[in-house]
Amino acid sequence: MKLKGRAWRFGDDVNTDEIIPARYLNSSDPLFLATHCMEDADSEFAGKVREGDLIVAGKNFGCGSSREHAPIAIKASGVHAVIAASFARIFFRNAFNIGLPIFESREASQGIASGDEVMIDTEKGEIQNLTKQTVYRVKPIPPFMEKLIEAGGLIEFVKSSLKLKKKED
Amino acid sequence: MGMTITEKIIAAHADKATVAPGDIIMASVDVALGNDITAPIAIKEFRKICAGKVFDPRKIVLVADHFTPNKDIQSAEQSKMLREFAREQGLTHFYDVGRCGVEHSLLPERGIVIPGDLVIGADSHTCTYGALGAFGTGVGSTDLAAAMAIGKVWLKVPESIKFVYRGEMRKWVCGKDLILYTIGQIGVDGALYKAMEFTGDTISRLPMPDRISMCNMAIEAGGKSGIIAPDRIALDYSAGRSDRTPHVYASDGDAHYEKVIEFDVSSIEPQVAFPSLPENARGISKVGEVRIDQVVIGSCTNGQIEDLRIAAGIFKGKKVHPDVRTIVIPATQGVYAQALVEGLLEIFVKAEAAVSTPTCGPCLGGHMGVLAEGERALATTNRNFVGRMGHPKSEVYLCGPAVAAASAVAGRICSPDKMDNGL
Repeated sequence: MKLKGRAWRFGDDVNTDEIIPARYLNSSDPLFLATHCMEDADSEFAGKVREGDLIVAGKNFGCGSSREHAPIAIKASGVHAVIAASFARIFFRNAFNIGLPIFESREASQGIASGDEVMIDTEKGEIQNLTKQTVYRVKPIPPFMEKLIEAGGLIEFVKSSLKLKKKED
Repeated sequence: MGMTITEKIIAAHADKATVAPGDIIMASVDVALGNDITAPIAIKEFRKICAGKVFDPRKIVLVADHFTPNKDIQSAEQSKMLREFAREQGLTHFYDVGRCGVEHSLLPERGIVIPGDLVIGADSHTCTYGALGAFGTGVGSTDLAAAMAIGKVWLKVPESIKFVYRGEMRKWVCGKDLILYTIGQIGVDGALYKAMEFTGDTISRLPMPDRISMCNMAIEAGGKSGIIAPDRIALDYSAGRSDRTPHVYASDGDAHYEKVIEFDVSSIEPQVAFPSLPENARGISKVGEVRIDQVVIGSCTNGQIEDLRIAAGIFKGKKVHPDVRTIVIPATQGVYAQALVEGLLEIFVKAEAAVSTPTCGPCLGGHMGVLAEGERALATTNRNFVGRMGHPKSEVYLCGPAVAAASAVAGRICSPDKMDNGL
């Protein structure tokens, strides 16, 4: 998989209240949530972001609540992937489960600035900063998570394992 | 090599003799929990897996606690979805307005979670159940959907960090202060992906509500779970609340810990976490002059009857400062009824505090006490992120019930000790 896009840089400990404030959680409509994506971190983000852009952040991205509305809002806003120095664990699970690609790279997190053109190459396991002409290493995705991605997310994974079980019965 | 309590509970639920940190396993769940914000997505995803029944209607718990009593039409629609799903599936445990409570207070109170259980919840504070000696962890709605269908969840076995608390706690110090102090020491990602195991002579004397506060906030240090090995206090609490048999696990003497961190609690003062991260904790003597507009006493961290007793003891015969709005929220109908019997609600009302029906409401800026621009709240809740309780330019400070009540009377953040001086 190759993903190329323009970066939006955020800081450390970006929490789910900033990604999608609770005042909008009376809806789970992805398009509605997208219009408020990242609102309490950057109130203009939803208006500025374009299809294919990337979010780049510091450590502990997505900390706080378990709300799946957070990765849903990011995905529906047009953002194709999130790169961070580290991710909070529930956000990490949720992103894989709903099919939002996320990449852990301390080097990329430090090296990329807002506006940089970035290319993620999962086969090579690297992130290229096309603007600064630098290359960063990416932490490999655990094999189980690769299986989830191959299946098309957790729901499809569960569906296929249920079908297998039926055959065995 | 021995195993930690967390590894033992996970192994037992994965039909394995042993597990080690880093293993990814499929675990059977004893309880799968959702609320009126997270369950609607889970129900939609569940329908994508199958049109039939959930794996076990006794093990799925739905609690309409966040935006209830419903604050608007959209949140009413979300609660309606839970209600209809619960009826259709014949769920044993669906809790609606009037029978409800803040989920993580309600489940222990009703004996729905018992020692040795493995619990997942589409709510980050599911780590609370470690107070009972259960493994509890927060997941997302899609994870909940999968668990509703197959009764299983994938888990990476976490490394454990052992926290040892020694010594006597000072006056007014409670479990909330210990955990705020701990998060202040290790940071909001200091236990990222880890199980936080709380031990030591201080913990062995710690009452249940304080244990609940501590395990509840493991997530605020990035923890996957928090846990206290079940002892007489936990078993006595659990006894008579459930007809299931508790399983008592304990860490082996040679269990592996990624780190062991020790604290002498005798030097810890009541804590206040400054905006906008729980790690910004400092002792009450180092707070300085901080005026407040609102005080909230409640939530899954500090809405138990014991918390209300502490607050009522301070409010008795006094009035909330004229510049402050105070909102007291018993965590469950059970707590509300007990507070009524004990005359605590009368004390709050006479002190000019508002008493609310159980709800998560203001903790997440949902309703029942949302802040305007520039306003400042002191709350016994668990998060003080930017915009957590309302406007992005409002502020939240976190503390225990004694500091909250004393500050409500004083109009600024202050120690309950000041009350004794006739303030």
